[in-house]
Amino acid sequence: MGVAVSIDRVEKRFGPLRALDGVSLEIAEGEFFGLLGPNGAGKTTLISCLAGLARPDAGRLSVLGRDVVGDYRAARRLLGVVPQELVFDPFFSVRETLRIQSGYFGLRHNDDWIDEILANLDLTAKADANMRRLSGGMKRRVLVAQALVHRPPVIVLDEPTAGVDVELRQGLWQFVQRLNREGHTIILTTHYLEEAETLCGRIAMLKQGRVVALDSTHNLLARFSGHTLSLRLAPGAQLPAALRARAGERGGFWQLRLSGLDEVEPLLAGLRAEGCAIDDLRLAQADLEDVFLGVMQDAPEMPDASGGPPAGRGR
Amino acid sequence: MTGFRTLLYKEVLRFWKVGFQTVGAPVLTALLYLLIFSHVLDRHVQVHGVRYTAFLIPGLVMMSLLQNAFANSSSSLIQSKITGSVVFVLLPPISYLEFFLAYVVAAVLRGLMVGVGVLLVTGWFAPLDFVAPFWILAFALLGGGILGAFGVIAGIWADKFDQLAAFQNFLILPLTMLSGVFYSLHSLPAFWQRLSHFNPVFYMIDGFRYGFFGVSDVAPENSLAVVAACFLAISAISLAMLRSGYKLRS
Ligand SMILES: Nc1ncnc2c1ncn2[C@@H]1O[C@H](COP(=O)(O)OP(=O)(O)OP(=O)(O)O)[C@@H](O)[C@H]1O
Ligand SMILES: [Mg+2]
Repeated sequence: MGVAVSIDRVEKRFGPLRALDGVSLEIAEGEFFGLLGPNGAGKTTLISCLAGLARPDAGRLSVLGRDVVGDYRAARRLLGVVPQELVFDPFFSVRETLRIQSGYFGLRHNDDWIDEILANLDLTAKADANMRRLSGGMKRRVLVAQALVHRPPVIVLDEPTAGVDVELRQGLWQFVQRLNREGHTIILTTHYLEEAETLCGRIAMLKQGRVVALDSTHNLLARFSGHTLSLRLAPGAQLPAALRARAGERGGFWQLRLSGLDEVEPLLAGLRAEGCAIDDLRLAQADLEDVFLGVMQDAPEMPDASGGPPAGRGR
Repeated sequence: MTGFRTLLYKEVLRFWKVGFQTVGAPVLTALLYLLIFSHVLDRHVQVHGVRYTAFLIPGLVMMSLLQNAFANSSSSLIQSKITGSVVFVLLPPISYLEFFLAYVVAAVLRGLMVGVGVLLVTGWFAPLDFVAPFWILAFALLGGGILGAFGVIAGIWADKFDQLAAFQNFLILPLTMLSGVFYSLHSLPAFWQRLSHFNPVFYMIDGFRYGFFGVSDVAPENSLAVVAACFLAISAISLAMLRSGYKLRS
């Protein structure tokens, strides 16, 4: 399998802010790749650099071997991008929008494929509706359709399911998985980590413009194969300081990562000794969300993420 | 080529779908100018030996053509920048030259449509000659091209609608209104005459009018040279901006 996307030591600054701080990644043809990270980690910036919407300050990016700057026309033809922002052209109907987008990619008689995309995204009934008259989720689906008109071998989806209802999310994933089976490389960013866990074969996690984890989903889950103990304390009860340092809070529960099940008993005994009453308790196998939180906690904070001397850098 | 053709088609469709505002309204404005000025001046004024109304018509046609060519490319670009839909033309493999040509040709087409519209509604009011159609066409195309390319520059540069409005109100409007649409330069005091020679729009109007009556303030060959040079210069600036990705690709 060849290399679908190669990202080599890419840096991008916005003023003093290092949005991308030396990102290197290689994504193979046919992969279903997840790009995860908290808000502002640099995911969209990286996608923009790949799509030619932003110019990196250093480093190189290529799509199927075509440099996105030097050979931009070839690179763009190979890439389909669903942007994160919900944008649309209010002058046109759904079908006009898709025909025009096909034309931009040099395709003139594309209606068969357009019809197929519309059917798969459940938009057939809205084909002749003006873009303005679509709901938010429908507009998002048109954005997905626009990215697919030229059957790009590499498809990048920047949070495609934000604001899309459950049924359609399932439909969208079926369609994208079908495209993946047919050989398209998929790159996905999402904040729904269950989605990433079930869909992506490999995952990169970004924090403050750096790759802080890069591995197969399987290995990432195995690395944090421990269990998580979730506790809801009785009103007024305080978690002892020693535990608080290693606990994260989610949905009213304190979450403690355990290295083994034998940790449970002494931990509960300790709480009892401190007089800390527990309302609810759950024990769960680690999922990608735990992995994500763990990676983000463990990754070093970059105090100079917004500036700092560039001395000693590679270029 | 399909990329260029599609972008051109989209740009034409964009203004045509709201043709009432983009073509109809400027035609009405020009008609109002004509009614008022010819009512006040027609009996008293002759310019270059032609009746004032006849003198005024080609100027109004060209002024409307130029203003609308500018409005088309600039407002299309700023709208798509502000709504974000500009990504749809930034993601595909469209070269910056195709991009430039599509916006400029669409601007010229809108200008021509408005110009023809103005001619159709005002042509009734005075006998018009078409002495030299070549000059009419050459100045219409080049003038529309200049203002279309200028609109590309303004649309890329402006971040907000009011910045573009300032551009339009404080630059385009004065340059077109003070270009000899409503008067011959020879009627101006010497200082203003000399100053007017620095206004490129003056040459567009003057050359365009020559095509109708065969008389002008400046020899049409000279005007054509000035206008062609302007077109090349402004296109070069606009292309350089597009090529660098200025304000379009961060
Ligand atoms: N055009 C811009 N000008 C200035 N700063 C920017 C620009 N675009 C992004 N940034 C900054 O770069 C950083 C990375 O932003 P980016 O949009 O890539 O994050 P993200 O990982 O996509 O986040 P999210 O999950 O919220 O979409 C942020 O701090 C953001 O404020
Ligand atoms: Mg983003």
